[in-house]
Amino acid sequence: MTFDALTGVLLIPAVAAALLAALPGYRLTSRLNVLAALLTFLTSVSLFLVEPKSGNYLLVDDLNKVFIVLTTFVAFTTSVFSASYIEHEIEIGRLKLTYVRFYHSMYQMMMFGMNLALVANNIGLMWVAIEMATLTTVLMVGIYRTHEALEAAWKYFILGSVGIALALFGTILVYMAARPVIGEGLYAMVWTVLVTKAAQFDPALLNVAFVFLLLGYGTKVGLAPLHAWLPDAHAEGPTPISAVLSGLLLNVALYALLRFKMLLALNPVALAPGPLMVTMGLVSCVFAAFMLYRRRDIKRMFAYSSIEHMGIIVFAFGMGGPLANFAGLLHMTMHSLTKSAIFFAVGHIAQVKGTQKIADMGGLTVSNPVLGWGLVLGVVAIAGLPPLGIFMSEFLVVSSTFAREPWLVIILVFGILVALGGLFLRLNTIVFGEPRGPTAPAQASYVPMFAHLAIVFMAGIYMPPALVTGFQNVAKLLG
Amino acid sequence: MRGLYFDVAHMLAGSLVLVSFMQLYQDRLYALLNTFALHAFILAASVAWQAFIQDAPHLYLTAMIALVFKAIIIPVALHRIIVKLGIHREIETVVGVGPAMLLGMGLVALSMVVMLRVTAEADPLAREDLAFALSVVLLGLLMMVTRRNAVSQVVGFMSLENGLVLAATGAKGMPLVVEISVAFSVLIAFIVIGIFLFRIRERFDSVDVQALDRFRGERR
Repeated sequence: MTFDALTGVLLIPAVAAALLAALPGYRLTSRLNVLAALLTFLTSVSLFLVEPKSGNYLLVDDLNKVFIVLTTFVAFTTSVFSASYIEHEIEIGRLKLTYVRFYHSMYQMMMFGMNLALVANNIGLMWVAIEMATLTTVLMVGIYRTHEALEAAWKYFILGSVGIALALFGTILVYMAARPVIGEGLYAMVWTVLVTKAAQFDPALLNVAFVFLLLGYGTKVGLAPLHAWLPDAHAEGPTPISAVLSGLLLNVALYALLRFKMLLALNPVALAPGPLMVTMGLVSCVFAAFMLYRRRDIKRMFAYSSIEHMGIIVFAFGMGGPLANFAGLLHMTMHSLTKSAIFFAVGHIAQVKGTQKIADMGGLTVSNPVLGWGLVLGVVAIAGLPPLGIFMSEFLVVSSTFAREPWLVIILVFGILVALGGLFLRLNTIVFGEPRGPTAPAQASYVPMFAHLAIVFMAGIYMPPALVTGFQNVAKLLG
Repeated sequence: MRGLYFDVAHMLAGSLVLVSFMQLYQDRLYALLNTFALHAFILAASVAWQAFIQDAPHLYLTAMIALVFKAIIIPVALHRIIVKLGIHREIETVVGVGPAMLLGMGLVALSMVVMLRVTAEADPLAREDLAFALSVVLLGLLMMVTRRNAVSQVVGFMSLENGLVLAATGAKGMPLVVEISVAFSVLIAFIVIGIFLFRIRERFDSVDVQALDRFRGERR
């Protein structure tokens, strides 16, 4: 195997994980973590310049390039945030030094798992990679070893494993469907081969397979009613992990789902995967929007907001067609950037206040203006107000599907508006009014947060034509 | 010979479903672990038989992993954990035996109806295997839902994985990569579980998940 960018995005995290497991201390390792993430990001960008050849195990095409670059970028900025976050956690003694080594090593392992899932050309390999990414995040969610963290990790582990088991069953069924056409052995699991022959597969088997895959990977996407693990895992783990979970891991599971959706779309007799996805998307969006109102924990609240947005994204992809796919893709990108920026702010806010309870926060715009206004900007973006990027993408989702299914879109818009109300109600308590709780200045790195928000702001006003054509190509590919 | 091949494979897969049912009504942890060991043993036999009739030597490896790892090492290790935690006398039932069995039968009927219908064109052996495998998976799920104890939930999860291995080996010629990775992920899963059990023990002095439930939901 020759060394190219494709092996690079796998090799760098793997080597870094081994290295970070061996090195003591936290100052050096957190920098190394940033460096490794940066190298991975640069390598992934080079995929656009020189496209490596795809093999039987690894693959690169227009669809996964977008996902890889987004994943490695957010992973890089999160590692910058994580460095200052972890330093504070060690100072206050919440995290033991021995666990930090483990934490950094797991961070890179998770990167490896996610990148592998994205570049895998073999549906079995993709499954293994997603399972690996899940297990590493389970370990990180439980890293504080408090009652709540352990319960969250256990719940996440059990529900995640059940999901992943159902997904494996679905994968086996896809192989069973492919075997009579392609023949036994490796090729019946290779994605690029499956796509060319999908039209001849047994439709009934493919249908059942998709139901299992939707339930399995849908659990990982956090679609209601399979979302129960998500708020706990977000609230109890370290905040950098919440950012990565919301911004990246949900996307990776969604990517797997989209791949299988493409497979089904190529078979004329198989059931249309669209309506199933549309239904689950709508249910998630509306359900999560209402759940926003009774949240007392700030990280939990934004976890529910992630469910809402994943619902919108799955809705858009479920509707299908070049325009809706384009909108879904844009919304996914914008959501990843905005939500991780919000978690960067929330992480530092929780450190300043020493709690995650919304009731104990207040007046942040007065006491910590940069953090406070950063959060305001983030929430304005995530609620979908103009002129930011999420407004653009939500507008596109709504306008591209309104002509086709007006009633469904009305339900979607209702969900978005309910969520907007819930978010601003809580935001008001957190950032305005009299300052409550400790008001010490935060030792924070604001760069990652504002870098993300700047991109989201830019995207709302002006999208580079190269990006638009790129997204359009992917949208066409998705069918 | 064709008939014999089929009959033995059929019998082994069917026994796996039967043992899954037996797991459902074990209310003592020791008995549950013994039943799980039997489950894994039958799985190993079934995989080995598949290796023989498919003439696929790499499947013997999967059978060995099932036998050594799942039928011997894990039950022994869990035995020791149970003794260490002093919960070996505990009796637990959330849903009564009757309703659980009825639900189980319903699930098996469901998987038969679904799988036999959609695989009408596949060869009969793969069909039956897949239908049985789905039954085992669903029964494992049912067990995870009806149990409160962390150890029995883990056993439920492992018997669910056994069903997946049965499906993977029944699908003729599925690449080796996948089988090893399945076994490998079971290993990882076990390590994770082990760590968690010890951590839970450290914090709660109990592995009853109900103790965890106290912390569920919003913190006030």
